[in-house]
Amino acid sequence: MTEPRTVPMVDVQGVHKFFGELHVLKGIDLVVERGEVCVLLGPSGSGKSTLLRCINEMEQISAGRLYVDGELMGLREVTKKDKTVLHRLSDAEIARQRSRIGMVFQRFNLFPHMTAVQNVMEAPRQVKKIPVAEANRLARKQLAGVGLTDRAEHYPSQLSGGQQQRVAIARALAMDPELMLFDEPTSALDPELVGEVLSVMKELADSGMTMIVVTHEVGFAREVADQVVFMDDGVIVERGTPEQVIGNPTEQRTRDFFGKVL
Amino acid sequence: MNSMSRSDDPRVVEETPNLIEAKPVPRPAVWVWAGIVIFLVLGLISSLIENPNYRWDVVSEYLFDPRVVRAVGWTLILTVAAMLVGIVLAVTTAIMRMGTNPILRGVAWVYIWFFRGTPVYTQLVFWGLLAVLYPRISVGIPFGPEFFSFSTKDIVNALVAAILGLGLNEGAYLSEIVRSGLNSVDKGQWEAATALGMRRSTVLRRIIIPQAMRVIVPPTGNETISMLKTTSLVLAVPFMLELTFVTNAIGNKTFLPVPLLIVAALWYLFITSILMVGQQRLEAYYGRGFDGELSQPRKVKGMSRRQQAILSAGTVHDSTNVDVTP
Repeated sequence: MTEPRTVPMVDVQGVHKFFGELHVLKGIDLVVERGEVCVLLGPSGSGKSTLLRCINEMEQISAGRLYVDGELMGLREVTKKDKTVLHRLSDAEIARQRSRIGMVFQRFNLFPHMTAVQNVMEAPRQVKKIPVAEANRLARKQLAGVGLTDRAEHYPSQLSGGQQQRVAIARALAMDPELMLFDEPTSALDPELVGEVLSVMKELADSGMTMIVVTHEVGFAREVADQVVFMDDGVIVERGTPEQVIGNPTEQRTRDFFGKVL
Repeated sequence: MNSMSRSDDPRVVEETPNLIEAKPVPRPAVWVWAGIVIFLVLGLISSLIENPNYRWDVVSEYLFDPRVVRAVGWTLILTVAAMLVGIVLAVTTAIMRMGTNPILRGVAWVYIWFFRGTPVYTQLVFWGLLAVLYPRISVGIPFGPEFFSFSTKDIVNALVAAILGLGLNEGAYLSEIVRSGLNSVDKGQWEAATALGMRRSTVLRRIIIPQAMRVIVPPTGNETISMLKTTSLVLAVPFMLELTFVTNAIGNKTFLPVPLLIVAALWYLFITSILMVGQQRLEAYYGRGFDGELSQPRKVKGMSRRQQAILSAGTVHDSTNVDVTP
């Protein structure tokens, strides 16, 4: 085992997000420990996806601080004469921070002009400058990990939705991330294809990956999550183990939501 | 579902249904128009042959005249060179306009505004006059010391002026085509690529531009055909070796302008026909016009697997700003 570390993998402190006048996140505090699986649940428009996108700086936060692995995201604090000034990070620095965080999208967003194996190789080659042969070998290993060895040479349009999403997971894993973000990974799938993606995600959770998952799959949350967070209207209403939040919620809003969903 | 349950049942024998064989709706208008068109075309052909003013003997005499053939060569050189200058400028300025640097965005906007906003003829006259306006061009600090200088007419001769003039003008038009091509690629592609830690330049080069080509290339073929004939304006420079000028000069000297106009027109038609075949191939390769019909990946004639995959994925949306009129 590695030495125990005190810094959590994700530390969200008082984060607000405005889209113009719209107040989407209203003071979010969230800690996700190393190896933990955190599932964000809540009605659409509650800010779950926005929070997820803020974590890897797809959106800039308006207030608060956001740390991943102890590193302040998107900003640098410079202290001069007892005064702390914030500087925005350059595109290159943000790209470096993002490269340690894998993200899986609702609509897969595979690169359509590249085969499955080329999709997986692309970032290691372009960002980490890994030689082609080595990147290809690693990519095939990742594809094997999601059960798609025989689909390596297929273009995304020749794959089912479930297979595409598994390629997308392999693509994110190829960058060797410390944290994986899933933004409604099964919402765009036909019902019979949801299972194969969830089982890949479950295996990944069992392997000790830190994961934050926005989903409507309450069954997955119940089975895999260490921490379930229920959000509504830009605030965290309730958090805890799946048994507490889903099985025995204390807040009325949470009860209403699961009353409709379950 | 239906066919499965039917074949499960052994008692049902597959019957051939009575196929409908009905007469089509009569379309007399087609025959009427066929008659009118045949009549007009025959009239046109007979007028072309029987009218002595066309002087077909002169046309055939000059069609492969070495001066004319050489002029065709120069016209092709001008077309290709101007398009190359235009494409380089277009890609550069389109990326500048989409970038984060407000100064470069402004520079690109002004470039497009100016070169689309003034007549190409005027621009060509200006490039021809460059050596008069600026006899020497020196590189140095404005109002300060100069590092080196050269005589303008040594570098910017008529050919260079013609290529620069046509290319700079074309670049402004192509820039808008490139920009709508880049904009036509799904936003999710940017997000996925940047989430993997790729830099803007890498995303453009590896992810966006390869997909945008599907939208960019066909109208660029169209612009090339248009450029072929725009080269006739370089007499404004003046550059005097291309097809229109050479045939005009021969026509004026021999007092036979009409047959030499025909010579030039035949050559333009011939080259345009070749370019149109090329453009059709390109459009087939990039699969324009197949949208919607192609829900399942299948082989489309002349289209590469890679382009088919992009097309089927539907990540590129044809922009209404770009129109292809061959």
